[in-house]
Amino acid sequence: MTQDPNTRAEVEPTEIGANAAETGERRLEDTHDVTADHEVPIGDLDFAAVAEHGHVAAERDPDAPAVLTVDNLKMYFPVKSSGLVRRTIGQVQAVDGISFEVPKGGSLGLVGESGCGKSTTGRLITRLYTPTGGSMMFEGQDLAKLSNREMKPLRRDVQMIFQDPYTSLNPRHTVGTIVGAPLEVHNIVPKKQVIPRVKELLEVVGLNPEHYNRYPNEFSGGQRQRIGIARALTLNPKILVADEPVSALDVSIQAQVVNLLQDIQREFDVAFLFIAHDLAIVRHFCPEIAVMYLGKIVEIGDRETIYSHPHHPYTQALLSAVPDVKQAAVGGRRERIRLEGDVPSPINPPSGCRFRTRCQFAQEICAKVEPPLLQIGKRHKVACHFAGELGAHPATPVTTEILGVDDQGSAVPGATPAARLSIPGYEKTWYDLDTKQTAGA
Amino acid sequence: MTSIPVTPSSAASSDPEGPYLQVEDLQVTFPTQDGPVTAVKGLSYSVAKGQTLGIVGESGSGKSVSSMAVMGLHDAKSARISGSIRVGGTEIVGLGESRMRSLRGNSMAMIFQDALAALHPFYKIGKQLEEAYLVHHSSASKRDARRKAIEMLDRVGIPQPDRRVDDFPHQFSGGMRQRAMIAMGLINDPSLLIADEPTTALDVTVQAQILDLLQDLQREFNSAVIIITHDLGVIAEMADDVLVMYAGRCVEYGTTKQILTAPEMPYTWGLLSSIPDVRASTDARLIPIPGNPPSLLRPPSGCSFHPRCVHSDKVAGDLCSTELPELLPASSGTAHLRRCHLADPVGVYQSEVLPEIAPELVEETR
Repeated sequence: MTQDPNTRAEVEPTEIGANAAETGERRLEDTHDVTADHEVPIGDLDFAAVAEHGHVAAERDPDAPAVLTVDNLKMYFPVKSSGLVRRTIGQVQAVDGISFEVPKGGSLGLVGESGCGKSTTGRLITRLYTPTGGSMMFEGQDLAKLSNREMKPLRRDVQMIFQDPYTSLNPRHTVGTIVGAPLEVHNIVPKKQVIPRVKELLEVVGLNPEHYNRYPNEFSGGQRQRIGIARALTLNPKILVADEPVSALDVSIQAQVVNLLQDIQREFDVAFLFIAHDLAIVRHFCPEIAVMYLGKIVEIGDRETIYSHPHHPYTQALLSAVPDVKQAAVGGRRERIRLEGDVPSPINPPSGCRFRTRCQFAQEICAKVEPPLLQIGKRHKVACHFAGELGAHPATPVTTEILGVDDQGSAVPGATPAARLSIPGYEKTWYDLDTKQTAGA
Repeated sequence: MTSIPVTPSSAASSDPEGPYLQVEDLQVTFPTQDGPVTAVKGLSYSVAKGQTLGIVGESGSGKSVSSMAVMGLHDAKSARISGSIRVGGTEIVGLGESRMRSLRGNSMAMIFQDALAALHPFYKIGKQLEEAYLVHHSSASKRDARRKAIEMLDRVGIPQPDRRVDDFPHQFSGGMRQRAMIAMGLINDPSLLIADEPTTALDVTVQAQILDLLQDLQREFNSAVIIITHDLGVIAEMADDVLVMYAGRCVEYGTTKQILTAPEMPYTWGLLSSIPDVRASTDARLIPIPGNPPSLLRPPSGCSFHPRCVHSDKVAGDLCSTELPELLPASSGTAHLRRCHLADPVGVYQSEVLPEIAPELVEETR
């Protein structure tokens, strides 16, 4: 029996027009690669030219002022009981008091396992959620306290790139409508100028500007992600929140998109909050990285510190778990730190340090006192009682003097804990772990 | 949290009967409205027991299609498969469905990428494991099957297996679902295990746990493993041999060390240069492969990679666009095969590609 449904229903292929190829309506010989047609041609395929276009890892501008200052940001989602009267019976502490700064035209990377609150942070900054507490200072205004109406003019400055290019573009709108929609919503240019601006944007992201009247389904995954990037760029934002912008793409396409984002950052001086779980991509794109665990930042610092001298056991475990291509030269598996079990539930997080249930250095103090996010270097903060480089973790807690507690975590009578331990940025002086004294540059 | 010692991947076992899985000149063609699509062309490889083969390539390069052909999962009515696939001496191509069913899940098993989609949401984890066992052990009682299911869940490291066996898939976390699926695949001690992107959807810490588990189980059962992934880091740590696929063909084949340290095909160079490395120098450039993967409906003439190849100008004339290069032994040894017209790929890689993608390695070799 044949598989062709048309034969079974005794319908001539020409009648329904489904099998156009069979009836010769479409001439196959003339067709060429349609997807490739959407892109601006690459020019000559010369390795030196293509390599020139690739970027090295992004560098930090030391003088850049902060464009966004997040202080003690909190987001608790209520957990409702079942039944008719849905009372709040608990809270998911998705983001619990995080502080950081994003420099102007720079980028901060946010890494962590799924469920650690990194995506929630991105959605708070774009104000897709209203935070439970804390502040997000952007150009003298606190985004956390604005009403939706007051927020509207600011939305053009804070835009977002989404993870999945297949679900973030409306399949029934043309590319032109998708990319031009922000212009119409914000009434920025007269209707006549929308199309020219759309074409300009498509050219910026390397797509053929003449294809603005095509639909998303005609584009490949990488091309769709470029459309999403063009849409985010439409209003000339000052901050882009990129939530896993490349994790849905093929390896060879990931590099294209990362290079495009670096081009855009240089050309338009946009600051990025780059959320990803791929530590290698984050290392390449962000000069500064924050590591999150269960709603808290456990370690934050510049690239060199986080990747070469991590002081938090979680950061060390995370880094040692990344498979390494260079391992091929040696053979076998790399020695690494094994993390047991799963991330605890954020509804009922562990007391004290949230990582203690999976930490091999955990002691009594870890369950009693929460470690503060302590600045221990020029651009390095860590939240751990036993902070130290891999293999050199101290035997006694390093935070006792600051917190006014003894080695077991009980309060010492008469000792006064330091009032304010973490600020969003970095201070000029820091607490030196070796001397247990305040040090400076 | 414990540090575990490094153990080298299991050495080549000298099997007197030859490799357990032998694929020769495999070709898979699907009819479509726009004409036949040949998803896999002239593919040959073999995996011995205790060995791991890594298959790398972009989506649409035929990696999944070729391994589904090994499992006999293609619709016999539409897919046209030619060539030869021998699993433990049995020819799979053209085998009847009932014979195929007795092999599938018994002597060979597959682990899929998306565990939530691969597990049935309405049945308890235990029931799904028991089913896999009972199908191939007709004399076993339900109680035996349940005991076996609990034993397997324990083996893959699920805590409290006697209680979790009665959970539904949605009650498991992502890593635990993947473990449950591995348990399901291994419940009949298959000699061949195909893992299709087993860790792509997982966090790095969970990924490391799953890779450890796969290696431990392979050592225990001495099975042949095929791991399909696009993560070259996973390949570097797991595979003994690597097969690089592009547009349905094998473009490079060799040991993991040969492929990842001395690749001789521009597509492999492109893959290596388009991923950043956590430990590489920050001066290394990220160089993407230009363009998009080709349409298999109208594959490019000659070498299928030539429209995206940045090194084709080093080949005399228009050889790249007119003639398909043969899969020939590369300069680093006869076990290393490549499909490229370049006369001196090692020289080009050392002098042009390596300084851009890994500057620190160049200084070491000098």
